[in-house]
Amino acid sequence: MRSAKWRPYFFVAPAIIVFLVFFIQPIFYMIYLSFHDWNFISPDKTFVGLGNFKDLLSDPMFLEVIRNTLMYTFFTVLFSISLALLMSIWLNKQGWMYSFVQGAVFSPHIISLVSIAMLWMWIMDADYGLLNWVLSLVGLEKVPWLTDPNTALSSLIIIAVWKNIGYFTLIIIAGLQSIPKHLYEAAALDRTPPWRRFAKITFPMLSPSLFFLTIIGILDSIKVFETISIITKGGPLNSTNTLVYYIYENGFIFFKIGYASAAGVILLVILSILTLLYFKVLSKRVHYQ
Amino acid sequence: MAKIQLKNVSKAYGNNKKVIEDMNLDIQDGSFTVLVGPSGCGKSTTLRIIAGLEDVSAGEIWIGDQLVNDVAPGKRGISMVFQNYALYPTMSVRGNIEFGLENMKIPKAERKKMVEEIAEIVDLTEYLDKKPQNLSGGQRQRVALARAMVKKPDVFIFDEPLSNLDAKLRGQMRTELIQLHKRLGTTFIYVTHDQVEAMSMGDEIVILDKGHIMQQAAPMEVYHNPANQFVANFIGTPSMNILSKSMVEEKTGTITDERISYVGFRPEHAAMQVEKLAASGINLSCEIITMETLGSETLYLVNSDAGQFQVKSFQAPLVETKKVDITIPMDKLYYFDTQGNRVFVEDIPFQTPAREVRGEVLV
Repeated sequence: MRSAKWRPYFFVAPAIIVFLVFFIQPIFYMIYLSFHDWNFISPDKTFVGLGNFKDLLSDPMFLEVIRNTLMYTFFTVLFSISLALLMSIWLNKQGWMYSFVQGAVFSPHIISLVSIAMLWMWIMDADYGLLNWVLSLVGLEKVPWLTDPNTALSSLIIIAVWKNIGYFTLIIIAGLQSIPKHLYEAAALDRTPPWRRFAKITFPMLSPSLFFLTIIGILDSIKVFETISIITKGGPLNSTNTLVYYIYENGFIFFKIGYASAAGVILLVILSILTLLYFKVLSKRVHYQ
Repeated sequence: MAKIQLKNVSKAYGNNKKVIEDMNLDIQDGSFTVLVGPSGCGKSTTLRIIAGLEDVSAGEIWIGDQLVNDVAPGKRGISMVFQNYALYPTMSVRGNIEFGLENMKIPKAERKKMVEEIAEIVDLTEYLDKKPQNLSGGQRQRVALARAMVKKPDVFIFDEPLSNLDAKLRGQMRTELIQLHKRLGTTFIYVTHDQVEAMSMGDEIVILDKGHIMQQAAPMEVYHNPANQFVANFIGTPSMNILSKSMVEEKTGTITDERISYVGFRPEHAAMQVEKLAASGINLSCEIITMETLGSETLYLVNSDAGQFQVKSFQAPLVETKKVDITIPMDKLYYFDTQGNRVFVEDIPFQTPAREVRGEVLV
């Protein structure tokens, strides 16, 4: 019966091997690299202990990157979800116009991020852009959307919200439609005013959808890369430099692999903490049927 | 407490799909009225119109002496128990019961007292802080009931409340609801498709078909005196046997009353040869096709030259017998016209009355 004991391991081995080689190994390799100084080419990797982390945490630029990333994530998720919620309450009706608007709002989701970046570069161009042209029509001053450190991050948030909102709306509408109609009838017989009906029935019943959107929204935003790489390259004055772009910049432009790996480890820690938080704290307040 | 009146109420969905047509219905104050009918007959729609969950296309709804056509559901003094309970899944049992009271802005201390009193009555005290999904079907049913009762409504409305329960629990809840009605003395309106529920619970039954009231009367009246063929068929298990005029005439001679096209009798009124025979009746020699033994009674499907029909007998089942003689007593016959409406006759409407039977075996 010895063979029977090994059989299950034999069958799961291919999956385990793929998982170890392509998922687990790179993570450990990154952690290993973060303790070294390496320029990607030289055969020597100098062990520097926690040196990279010390440098990172004392680098004002890195702290700014962290701040940018958190601001970007927080406002992108906040506006995406709240606007999508308003949108879905408006669009959750029968009629061709509502379906049309739903489809139109969803369309950014199927466009590649690179195209979206190119499109918005034109829309937000300071001199020839669509937005500033519209502003000039109503007699307002031009806004340097992407070229001013004070507005660049907000502009990127607008683009992210524009892209997210359709998908978020779709998920929330699906959530709204799965709320049993008889609950609203019971609420009507219970003389429930509209605001209380939303707060006590609609919102709690939507919580699984909103919870899901918060998770994917945060993970997506923290890992933002394409739009920044194409539109602003982290500038102007580092004002749109976020964690993943910073890792890319240090690793593949400046070839400071150890330093970039250390930043990668910090990203890993942040994401792990967030994931744990969701499931420990948030899931207790979420209603699943 | 209030009586309810529907005056010429019609309800149509979309393009002239009429669900209810010109309905006039009076529900007495304090009555236990059951609306019963096959699916699609408009019983639930009628109920939802009374509750205010559906608008009417035409007509007036009166609750007490108030015209409520434009009154919001919550302000009609009505509580409703839904078929699937419609409990708020995100709230505890206490939250569910309390929700309507909070909306009515009842002070907290008073609310707490009311909820605890009701929980005591429906035996839910130890479950007050549980969520509905952790309760059994019967317990959820009681939460729904408590939520309806705590508002002290003028009218209770039940939309097939027992159909999600198993048979045993259903029987138990039936008794509990009858007791509840006795204790509260409030008007109960109850919708079901189950005629047993209708017969056993209601003090007034309204039988509906295709958006029209077929008959409104007390349960035994509906059983003994159906107004038409539909009611005769719908009430009673198995339903009334209906034979066509021509087939009956072969046995009895010409039927003198011209209005009559169909003759009906209840399966339990037909007497089999082994039983004590009725004084006078239509005699048929029949062949037993199937037999269902139900313990206290036996159902036979028999074939005669007047057609197929069912017989219910309380005698020991006839296992070996294939052929039986059956007598249908004259005074237990019902007559219907071509439209299926009941024809009431003074005398037995046969030219040559069937042979007198004197307790002897018939040929």
